[in-house]
Amino acid sequence: MEAIIPNSLVWMIFLLPLISFVLIALFIKPFLNNSPRISGYITISAVAGSLILSLWLLTSLLNTPSHELIIPDFNWLIIEGSINIHLGLTIDMLTVIMCIVVTTVSLMVQIYSQGYMHGDPGYHRYYVYMSLFTTAMLGLVMVDNLLLMYVFWELVGLCSYLLIGFWFHRPAAARAAKKAFIVTRLGDFGFLAAILVLFFSKGTLDVSQLHGYAVAGAIGSATLTWAAIGIFLGAAGKSAQFPLHVWLPDAMEGPTPVSALIHAATMVAAGVFLVARMFPLFEHSPEALSIVAYIGGFTAIFAATMGLVMNDIKRVLAYSTISQLGYMMLGLGVGGVAIGIFHLFNHAFFKALLFLGAGSVNHGTKTFDMRFMGGLRKVMPWTYATFLIASLSIAGIWPLAGFWSKDEILASALSENTLLFVLSMITVFMTAFYMFRVVFMTFGGEYRGSEKPHESPPVMVVPMVVLAVLAVVSGWFNATGGFSHLLGHGESHSFTEGFFGILSHPLPWISLAMAGSGILLAYAMYSAKWISPHRIAWFFRSLYVLFSKKYWMDELYEDAIGQRLLSDRLFAGMKLLDSKVIDGAVNGVADTVVDIGNSVRRAQSGQLQLYGLFIILGVLAIVISLLIWG
Amino acid sequence: MTLGLEHFLILSSVLFAIGLYGALSRRSAVVILMSIEVMLGAVSIAMVAFSRYVVPALLTGQVFTIFIIVVAAAEATVGLAIIIAIYRRRETIDVTKIDLMKW
Amino acid sequence: MGLEIAFWLLATTAVVSAIAVVRLRNIFRAALCLILCFLSIAGIFVTLSADFLAAVQILINVGAIAILIILAIMLTREVERGSLPNKLQFPVIAACTLFLGVAVFAIVRTPWQVSGLPPTEPTTAELANSLFTEGGFILPVEIAAILLLATIIGAIVLMREK
Repeated sequence: MEAIIPNSLVWMIFLLPLISFVLIALFIKPFLNNSPRISGYITISAVAGSLILSLWLLTSLLNTPSHELIIPDFNWLIIEGSINIHLGLTIDMLTVIMCIVVTTVSLMVQIYSQGYMHGDPGYHRYYVYMSLFTTAMLGLVMVDNLLLMYVFWELVGLCSYLLIGFWFHRPAAARAAKKAFIVTRLGDFGFLAAILVLFFSKGTLDVSQLHGYAVAGAIGSATLTWAAIGIFLGAAGKSAQFPLHVWLPDAMEGPTPVSALIHAATMVAAGVFLVARMFPLFEHSPEALSIVAYIGGFTAIFAATMGLVMNDIKRVLAYSTISQLGYMMLGLGVGGVAIGIFHLFNHAFFKALLFLGAGSVNHGTKTFDMRFMGGLRKVMPWTYATFLIASLSIAGIWPLAGFWSKDEILASALSENTLLFVLSMITVFMTAFYMFRVVFMTFGGEYRGSEKPHESPPVMVVPMVVLAVLAVVSGWFNATGGFSHLLGHGESHSFTEGFFGILSHPLPWISLAMAGSGILLAYAMYSAKWISPHRIAWFFRSLYVLFSKKYWMDELYEDAIGQRLLSDRLFAGMKLLDSKVIDGAVNGVADTVVDIGNSVRRAQSGQLQLYGLFIILGVLAIVISLLIWG
Repeated sequence: MTLGLEHFLILSSVLFAIGLYGALSRRSAVVILMSIEVMLGAVSIAMVAFSRYVVPALLTGQVFTIFIIVVAAAEATVGLAIIIAIYRRRETIDVTKIDLMKW
Repeated sequence: MGLEIAFWLLATTAVVSAIAVVRLRNIFRAALCLILCFLSIAGIFVTLSADFLAAVQILINVGAIAILIILAIMLTREVERGSLPNKLQFPVIAACTLFLGVAVFAIVRTPWQVSGLPPTEPTTAELANSLFTEGGFILPVEIAAILLLATIIGAIVLMREK
């Protein structure tokens, strides 16, 4: 593995899942329909191939001094003097890290799916979508211009739609898929607008060229700010940031491995990746950067409050994802690429693991409602152990992965903005509380369900164990600042004193204390029953209602804006315009033509001799005009 | 007054006009067919006249006339076959009554 | 001088018989006038030194087409109804007159490139040469043969009793 990876193999990283997609969709499904496992094996080997190639790519990059590879690109669309769009790849550390995250999580999820989706009639379809999604996600992180990025961006959105609605015969799933698609589309509108703004002001869509212009100050500050805000709007849609977060909890209608891959680890992180990829633009636009930070910080605490009261295990995890994505945005806003991406990197592993754990619990108990669980640590020891590790990791307990990235974000926030720091500190407490509420309600106490629970098969447990290992160790990559350094951060706010050195600062102790008290409160309420949750809920009943009704955001969007404003006013007016003015014009034209036809058709009398007379008259007219004017 | 090209061409025009009149103004399909034969004869005269006066050595016009006669024969055969087929079905060959192909 | 007299006689016969073809009420007589018209056209061919064509005209037009038409008249009992004009008679007369005027005007006004050479006589061998030699009209002759075949088949199909 010392040799530099050949260029063609770099392309193969995202072409392998594409090949698997085509193979399953066009050949396996039609011809080998009754042996569904084959599609799973094909997808798994394709993704495994991509993972190996990504690791090789990483070693190649580490061996090159600039940490960058230049891949020759293809010309795709050239219009002389105006457009030159080429098909190329950007290979830098950001790409490689994303590739590794995507392929690792994807591989684990595909293996897990072999068990989870066992016996599902849509088995082939599932792997077709998963392959396509992996392709699109890898394409998104690898391409070097905004247009292709937008194409892959939409493609992951499409896959998300297809997979949320995978069980489309359930109305809730179909509705959730539609909601996810439409809400993210609102954000994509901003992204597209930003692409157009950048293209019309600079005439290029190449990311590195745009970076160059931004760094050199060649883009007007207003243009730059608006472009950055547009990009962030797209990112907010995909990453479910306030106010476009409403789709992600509903997206839990999809199969749980899908939630683990798409709605926890990769696609929702694409928004964070997009901001990181276009970071030079944000860096030179302080307004946009502070918007990123504020939206991120607000979303973190906002989503966490809703996570406190949910009873559906996947919904708690969904709000937790939104909250953690808010953290990443906050990290990007106050700290920079390395800090945001480092949290993305860690979060991908432990959140995917949490979702796989939730899926495993569901596999054993056939429910997602935590009120019908309990006591599962005895029957599902592996699931319990891995879930506990992931929960500790997300709560930020030393020395697990979440601790390292969260503390970097907190440290950056402290040095930039006290308000955001306080908000994120409270969020740390909430995160620990709601995660351990899940742990105690699901695994602690006595079993309250009716289905007889059982441990999941090894094909599901093994990926969870692998991810559990990663959820422990992935934070250590930056214990001495190595990870940040690779992403081009020489100096950052993070603590780089190493594994134990970090404990010499006061800040980690504060965050550990917050997390610890959150865990303690959860223990007191849900395990030891010192405090009754009902009493608390009654005591804070206005807040409780507010949280459990999700701030009435769904009602606001669907009823107030969707129904009252759009459907009843705007669309009704449009319908009137359409049926009266536009249809009227079209029908009028048609009626006029019919009337003319009715009057003219009498000329077609069926009398051949009349036609002959007209022919002769026509010939005479031509000849006479030739004689006169010819 | 010696005979010239114009004499034959005018004769051809007169015959053609008469044939045209017959073809457009008679009800009987057979008469229409006969008028068309008159028109074809008129055209033949013009062809032979051109051949005689413009290119006397080549006879191209006469060759064309031969083809006109061939086509006239073919046309008369098929035309009369159609007329008789129509007559069998409808007991008439009045073209003003054969007007199914109208609006 | 004899040629002129012959021309005027034949031309008059042709025109008169043509008018008779289109105007006579009795269709059978009209058909006979058509034969007369064809014969005078054959005579015109003779005045134009087209001896072979004159013979062909008589053989095919008089001998075949006219007989065919008479046969059709008999098969369809047209004689009983007679040849009646349709409603378009007067506009058609106007159009044909106009056509004749335009044609005559064009013929008279055009400076024809008349060759002074004497006509080729006899024409039969010459016609055979230009029809059947390579570089002549051999291809159209073949196509005419196919056309006639198609005509025969078509006529048989149309006339067959169901």
